[in-house]
Amino acid sequence: MAAEGRIVWVSGPAVKADGMASAKMYETVIVGESKLIGEVIRLTGDVAFIQVYESTSGLKPGEPVVGTGNPLSVLLGPGIIGQIYDGIQRPLKALSEASGSYIGRGITTTPVDLTKKYHYTPSVKAGDQVQAGNIIGTVQETDLIDHSIMVPPDHKGGTISEVVPEGDYDLETDLVTLQDGSTLKMYHRWPVRKPRPYKTRYDPTVPLLTGQRVIDTFFPIAKGGTGSIPGAFGTGKTVTLHQIAKWADSQVVVYIGCGERGNEMTEVLVEFPHLKDPRTGKPLMDRTVLVANTSNMPVAAREASIYTGVTIAEYYRDMGKDVVLVADSTSRWAEALREMSGRLEEMPAEEGYPSYLASRLAEFYERAGRVRAAGSPDRDGSVTLVGAVSPSGGDFTEPVTTHTMRFIKTFWALDAKLAYSRHYPSINWMNSYSGYLADIAKWWGTNVSEDWLSLRGEAYGVLQREDTLKEIVRLLGPEALPDEEKIIMEVARMIKIGILQQNSFDDVDTYCSPEKQYRLLRLLVDFYNRGQQAIREGTSLAEIRALPIIGTLLKARMEVKDDEMEKLDEMDNMMKEQFRGAAEAKVRS
Amino acid sequence: MTSVGGVQYSKIAEIKGPLVIVDDVENAAFDELVEVETGEGERRLGKVLEVGNGKAIVQVFEGTTGLSVSGTSARFVGKVMEMPVSKEVLGRVFDGLGRPKDGLPDPIADKFLDINGAPMNPEQREYPKDFIQTGVSVIDGMITLVRGQKLPIFSGSGMSHNILAAQIARQATVVGTEEEFAVVFAAIGVQYSEAEYFRRTLEESGALKRSVLFLNLADDPAIERIITPRVALTVAEYMAFELGMHVLVILTDMTNYAEALREISAAREEVPGRKGYPGYLYTDLSTIYERAGKLNGKTGSVTQVPILSMPSDDITHPIPDLTGYITEGQIVLGRDLFRQGVYPPVNILMSLSRLMKDGIGEGRTRQDHGEISNQNYDAYSRAQEVRALAGIVGKAGLAEVDLKYMDVGDSFEKGFLTQALDENRNLEETLSLLWKVVSNLPRTELTKVKDKYVEQYYRGSDA
Repeated sequence: MAAEGRIVWVSGPAVKADGMASAKMYETVIVGESKLIGEVIRLTGDVAFIQVYESTSGLKPGEPVVGTGNPLSVLLGPGIIGQIYDGIQRPLKALSEASGSYIGRGITTTPVDLTKKYHYTPSVKAGDQVQAGNIIGTVQETDLIDHSIMVPPDHKGGTISEVVPEGDYDLETDLVTLQDGSTLKMYHRWPVRKPRPYKTRYDPTVPLLTGQRVIDTFFPIAKGGTGSIPGAFGTGKTVTLHQIAKWADSQVVVYIGCGERGNEMTEVLVEFPHLKDPRTGKPLMDRTVLVANTSNMPVAAREASIYTGVTIAEYYRDMGKDVVLVADSTSRWAEALREMSGRLEEMPAEEGYPSYLASRLAEFYERAGRVRAAGSPDRDGSVTLVGAVSPSGGDFTEPVTTHTMRFIKTFWALDAKLAYSRHYPSINWMNSYSGYLADIAKWWGTNVSEDWLSLRGEAYGVLQREDTLKEIVRLLGPEALPDEEKIIMEVARMIKIGILQQNSFDDVDTYCSPEKQYRLLRLLVDFYNRGQQAIREGTSLAEIRALPIIGTLLKARMEVKDDEMEKLDEMDNMMKEQFRGAAEAKVRS
Repeated sequence: MTSVGGVQYSKIAEIKGPLVIVDDVENAAFDELVEVETGEGERRLGKVLEVGNGKAIVQVFEGTTGLSVSGTSARFVGKVMEMPVSKEVLGRVFDGLGRPKDGLPDPIADKFLDINGAPMNPEQREYPKDFIQTGVSVIDGMITLVRGQKLPIFSGSGMSHNILAAQIARQATVVGTEEEFAVVFAAIGVQYSEAEYFRRTLEESGALKRSVLFLNLADDPAIERIITPRVALTVAEYMAFELGMHVLVILTDMTNYAEALREISAAREEVPGRKGYPGYLYTDLSTIYERAGKLNGKTGSVTQVPILSMPSDDITHPIPDLTGYITEGQIVLGRDLFRQGVYPPVNILMSLSRLMKDGIGEGRTRQDHGEISNQNYDAYSRAQEVRALAGIVGKAGLAEVDLKYMDVGDSFEKGFLTQALDENRNLEETLSLLWKVVSNLPRTELTKVKDKYVEQYYRGSDA
C-alpha cells in the first residue's frame, strides 16, 4: 500500500513527512499540493526524509505526501535519442510547452511520445522461448539508430503465444504475448540506481577514437573504459567534453550537463543538429541524448541526473552498441550530495563532503565496461564514462579529484598555465596518464601501423627530456644548452604546436583521423632524428631552425584535410630535401 | 513593498545574528515573506528559511539590532517576496530591497514578480552570439562580450574596475542596430563614492533616464545584500523579456553578497565548505548569474557584468573560483599593470570570454579575428616568459627571437591595451592594433594564423 503522510518540516530541497511508515528507501513520492516529485532518502520511525526534485518555495507543513510504490526509474524505449531531459527524465520541450520559457513545477510528462508509431520488425515467433534480455524485434529510431526491443532484464521469461505481424505500432501496443498472459511492449522501466545486468565483462582493448590528437595518440581511452578530466575554470573542460561528444566513434552519446551553465546545453542543442558524424555523414543529434540539470535548477535532481544518464547508456549498450557518457561535472553532483548530507545532519568527512562520497563515485564509474549483453542473440556493447571534475581553486588534492583518481584509468589533467598561454586542449602531458596504452596498442598496430607505439614513445621521450631541460633554461637561459639539447627544445615546441595543440573551432583541425595523427607524429619524429643527425654532422641549430619546412609542419594540422594524405608525403620529401640541402651547404662552406 | 493580510505571531523563541526564530507557528510556508515588527512599531522584512514542528526560522534583511524577544511580532504575508515592475522604474533609484530611495512615490506596478525568478529552460534559451562593441580594445579584440553573456570583472581592492564597468556601460553598442537598451545597476555593499561615480557617469552620458539603480551601500544592512541582486535582476528580466529591451546589468561587489550569505549560514550553524562559506555557495551564486541570457521568441536580452574584488587578489578564493565556474569567462585585472598606471589593467592571460568564438568571425566581426587574437595571446604569453627569463639571465642571454618577444610585450601593453577613459575605439582600429603588435615578430613565428591572413594584414620587416 502506498504511504500517505503529511509534511512536518521544510528547508530548501529537504522535506520531512510523518505517517510514512510504509514508505520504502529510494521510493518516489509526490510532495505537497503542487505535486512536486521527491525521493525518500532516510526513514526514522514513521518520519521520511525526502529530497525534492523541484523548487520547494511556498511549501507548507501539513501538506500531503503520497508514495508511488516505485523507485526512481527511467522509461526505456524508442524516442529517447535526440531528446533533452532534465535530471529525472522529463523532456525539457514538454516542460516548456507546459510552463513557457522558465521551468515550472509539478508538471507531469512522459519521457517519450507513447503514441508515436515505429515500424516494428519481429525477430521471434509464437512458440519461441524468451528470457530476460532477449531481443524480440527492432525498430528504426533515427537514421543512425536501429533500436532493439528487449525483454526487460528482470523479466522471468516464458513461451510466446502470439506476436504481432511486422508493421507500424505505437509504444503502448502489446507486441508479444506470453503463454502466461503477460505482454511485452516497445518500452520498459528500469530503476536508475540499479545497474542493468549483463552476461560477461571483457577487458577493454579497442580505443575510443575521439579525433583529438593529445587523447588518441598520447593518453587514449578504451571503449568501455573510464576517464576523468579535472581542471580549474577556464581550462577548457567543457570544450574538450564537447569535442569527445562530437567526434567519438561510438553509436550513442549521452551528454549530462550536471549543475553547469544553461547556455552550454543550448550550444549543444543548436550545434549538434548541424554537425555531421564524420563516419556516417548524418547529423550528430541523431545519436545524442542530453540530460540537462543546470546549476540553477533544483539541486536534488542534479544528484539524480547522473543515474538517469548512465541507465540510458546501459540500455543502448544492451542492444550491442558502443555508448559514450560524458558527465559535466561530477563535482557539482558531489556538491549536491554534500548539500543533502548537510541537511540530513550527517557527520561530514573532508571539506564537508559525506563519508560515502568515495563509494558513490566508485559505484558510478563501475557502471562503465565492455560487456556481452544478457539474453540472445549474442551481442557486445560498451559504456565509456568520462567525467569532468571541477576542483575548487584548481587544486587536485581536493576530495572529489583524489577520490575520482582511484576509480578511473585515464586521467587528462588540465593545466591553467597552458590555458593562459592558449595552449588548447590544455591537457598537461606530464601530469596526465592512460592505463589503456598497452591494451589498445594492438589495435593501432593492426589498423594503422606497427610502429605506432614506438613512435609515440619517442615523441613522448622528447617531451620528457624537454621538461627536465626547461629547468636548466629557467636558471641559466637558453644559450646555456649545447645544440644537441637545444634541438630537443625545438622539437618539443614543434610537437606542442603541431600535435598537442588542436583548434576545435577550426573546420579542419577540429577532428583528426587516426591516419593523419599517425602521419603527423611520424613526420615530427623523423624531423627529430634527422635534426640530431644533422647536428652530429656539423649543421648548426640556427640553420635547422631556418628550414622552411618547420612552418609547413606546424600548420599541417590546419592546412591538410583528412583526405589529402599525399600532402603529408610531399612534406616528408620536402623535409628530406631541405636537410640534404643544409648538409650540402655545410660541405661547400 | 507594502502588504496586507497574513497571519501574525508574537512568540519569539530566539534571536541570533540575522535570524529570528518564531514559535507556535502554523501555516507558514518555506520561502514566505515575513514582516517583523519591533516594539516601537518599526517594520522590517524577512523570509522563512526553514519551517516545521511549530517553528519558523526567519532571516531578517534589515538586521536584528533593536529587536527583543518580548516586544517583537512576525506577520507571515502568505506569499514570497515580490518586486513591483513597470516601465516607470526606468530612471528611478531604489534601496537594496527595491523600495524607492529618490523621494518619489512607488512606481505604478504593471506586475508583481517573484524576486527569485525561475530557472530558464535550456531548451528555450537562444544561444548568444551578437557581438557587443564596447569600444575598449582589450575586450572587443581579446575577450569579446556578446549579448546575453555573463562576464564578470575580477578585480582587487582599489583597482579601476568601476571605471572600466562605467566605460562599458557608456560605450556598449551593437553595431548597426537601433534597439532599445537599458542599464540596471546594483550596488551591493559598496561605498557611497563608488555608487555616486556610477550615477554621475550615467547622468553625464545621458543614460540615466534609461537606467535603474538599486543601492545597498556599505553602511546599509548586510543581510539586505542577499536581496539586492535579485530585485535588480527581476527588473532586468522584465524589461528584457516583456518590454523587449537589451539590458546590461552591473552588480558590484559580489564579494559583499557572498559574505552576507556566509553570515546567515554561520548563524544557522551549517557545516561550512571552504573558508567558512556554505557548501551551497555555488548553487546560490548560479541562481543569480544564470539569470543572464536570451530567450527564443523574445527580442530582449540580459547581459551581466558582475564585479567582484578578489580577497588578497587571490583568484583561487572560493568567491572568484565558484563565480568563474558559472560565468561565461572573466575579465581579470592585474595588480602589476595597475601599479604601472596602465588603464585598463587587464591581465589577458587569465581572462577569457567563452562565448567569443560564436560572436566573432566572418559576418559578425572580421574573418581573421579569432586567429589574430589567438596569435596575440600566444605572443604575449611568450613575452611574459621571456621577461621572466631576462630578469635572471639579463637581456644578453636571450636569443634574438626572444628579444622580439620583449618588444611584443611592450607594444601590446602600450600600443593596444592602454586607452583613455573616454576613448571609444571601433573594431577595425582594434584589430589593426592587434596586427601591429605581432608585426614586431618575424613572419615564421605566426603559427596560429592562416597564411592568407598573414599576406593581407602582416606588416613586419619580412612582410
